[in-house]
Amino acid sequence: MMINSSLKQLGQQLASKQISSVELTQAYLQRVTQLNPTINAFITLDEEKTITQAKAADARIAAGDFGPLTGIPLAQKDIFCAKGWRTTCSSKMLETFIAPYDAHVISQFDAAGAVNLGKTNMDEFAMGSSNETSYFGGVKNPWDFDRVPGGSSGGSAAAVAARLCAAATGTDTGGSIRQPASLCGFTGLKPTYGLVSRYGMIAFASSLDQAGPMAKSAEDCALMLNVMAGFDERDSTSVNREKEDYTRGLAHMHGEQPLKGLRIGLPKEYFAEGLSADVAKVIETAIAEYKKLGAEIVDISLPNNNLSIPVYYVLAPAEASSNLSRYDGVRYGHRAAEYNDLQEMYMKSRAEGFGAEVKRRILIGTYVLSAGYYDAYYLKAQQIRRLIAQDFVEAFKHCDVIMGPAAPSTAFKAGEKTSDPVAMYLEDLYTIAVNLAGLPGMSIPAGFAQNGDGKPLPVGLQIIGNYFDEARMLDVGHAYQQVTDWHTQMPVALENI
Amino acid sequence: MALNLEDIKRIAHLARIEVSDTEAQETLNKLSGILGLIEQMQAVDTAGIAPMSHSQDVTQRLREDVVTQTNQRELFQSIAPATQDGLYLVPKVIE
Repeated sequence: MMINSSLKQLGQQLASKQISSVELTQAYLQRVTQLNPTINAFITLDEEKTITQAKAADARIAAGDFGPLTGIPLAQKDIFCAKGWRTTCSSKMLETFIAPYDAHVISQFDAAGAVNLGKTNMDEFAMGSSNETSYFGGVKNPWDFDRVPGGSSGGSAAAVAARLCAAATGTDTGGSIRQPASLCGFTGLKPTYGLVSRYGMIAFASSLDQAGPMAKSAEDCALMLNVMAGFDERDSTSVNREKEDYTRGLAHMHGEQPLKGLRIGLPKEYFAEGLSADVAKVIETAIAEYKKLGAEIVDISLPNNNLSIPVYYVLAPAEASSNLSRYDGVRYGHRAAEYNDLQEMYMKSRAEGFGAEVKRRILIGTYVLSAGYYDAYYLKAQQIRRLIAQDFVEAFKHCDVIMGPAAPSTAFKAGEKTSDPVAMYLEDLYTIAVNLAGLPGMSIPAGFAQNGDGKPLPVGLQIIGNYFDEARMLDVGHAYQQVTDWHTQMPVALENI
Repeated sequence: MALNLEDIKRIAHLARIEVSDTEAQETLNKLSGILGLIEQMQAVDTAGIAPMSHSQDVTQRLREDVVTQTNQRELFQSIAPATQDGLYLVPKVIE
C-alpha cells in the first residue's frame, strides 16, 4: 500500500519511474480532500503550487538530477514562511499574511526537490499541547476523533498518522514534536538546539525553538534531517559544524544484538508520580525489547526535572512577550478597524489578533520581565535552567542515551484540559527539560494502550541523546523498528480510504 | 506573589493589549494559577549559580558590513495594512 510506504520505498519508485511525483502528489491530495474536512490537519492548501512543484520534480528525475526526497510530498507546519504561501502560525493576527520569503527549512526542501503539499494546523504561535488554541479550530487525533493529536505540531502529527502526507515538519519549543508523536503514534525528532536554522520560522521562544522531522520511522526522520540540518548564517544561533549523513549507521542495525554495549539511562523521575499506569507498562515492555537488542540498563537521576515546568513558564513567556511585540498592526498582520490614536491602534489590534492563551503568555512574560520582578523570576529561572542542564551532563557520564515516556498519558479528550492551563502545561513534564538543556530528543511508537471504548491509543518511547548525537539516536530507534512493527501501524478505519 | 485586578491592567498596558473588566477578572484567575506553579522555583537555593541564557556557550558572530540583500520594499509593503508613497501609515502622533 503506497500510503504506508517508507520515504526510501517512495524514492525508489520515483527513481525507477514506477510512479511519477504528480501521481503520488495527487494521490495524497485526494486523501486530504476526503479526510481533511474531518481531521482539520491542513489549514492552507494550494493545489496549483503543489502540482507545479511535483511537475518540476518529475522533470528533475527525468533529467537524472535528483536526491532521496525529490518528488516526495511533505506537509509543512504553518510556522514556516513559504514564499507566496499564506503563513498564519494558526493566528488571526496572521490570517491574511502571505510570506514574502522562504524559511531556511523550506528552501532546503525546495532545493532537495520535495513537494510542499500544504501548511498544517498548530496551536496559535505554537503555544499549546493539544492544538486547541488554533484560530482555525482543533485537529482530530486519527486514532480516536474525540481526542486531541497533541501539540503544538498537531496538524503535522495528524497528517502523518492519517497518512495524509509522506512525512511532515514540526517545531519543538517544549515538546511540540515529541508529545504529538507519542499521542499519534509516529516517529518525531527534535534536534540539538542550533542544528536546524530558525530563519523564517516564526519565533516563539528563541532560545528553545527548534525544527525537526515528523515521519513514520527513524529511517524516514534520518532522510528528512539530512535535508533540514546545516549551517545558515542568517540564524545567529545556527551551529557551524560539518554536515553529517544521519542514515550512515542504519544499515548496521540488524542481526543479533546490534545495540551490544549501548548504555540506556532510565531517570527515576520519569517513572514516578504523574505517569499513567498504561503508559508505564508499554514503556517497560519497550525497554525489555532493548535489552534483547543488547543494550544494558543504567539507573540515573535527573533531580531537577520537576522544576523544568516552572522554569519554562517563566523563560518561554518572557521570550515570547518580546518576540510577539512585533505584531503591532503597522507593517503586516491584523489591524483593528477602529481606533482614535496610535496607542489604541496597538492595543485593539493586539487584543483582537491574539487568542486567549497567547495573551496569557504575553502577560506572564511581561510581568516576569517588569521592573522589580526580574531577579525573582527571570534570573532565578535562568539559574535553575543551568541546574537542569547540569543534571543531563552528569547523567551522560553513565549512559549513552536516556529513555522514558514522551508524554505522561495517552491522547486526552478534546476540551478536557482547556479550562485549566496548568493541567495542560503538565503534559510536557518529560519533554521540557530537553529544550532547556538544548539536547536532542525523539519519540518512537512503542505500542498501544486501550481507551475506555476499546480503541487503541498510541504510546511513544522518548529517546534523549547527548549534544549532536542524532545519528546514534536514529540508529537506536531504527534497531527497535527492525524488530517491532508499531511504527507501521495506522488507524484501521483510515486504511482503505 | 498575589496579583490583583489593577496589576492585570498595568501588565496589559505594558504589553499593549486592551482588556475589558470581564477579561481582566478571567485573566487574573488563570494567571494566579500559573504564578502558583512558577512559585515552586523559590524553594531552590541558587546562590552562586551563573544564569544560563542559552544552551550553547557561543558568542555572537559578526559579518562584514556590506549589502547582502536587495531592496524589496514593494513586496514587503504589499502585505501592510496601510501604506502611501512607500511609507507605512499610522494615526497622527505629532500635532
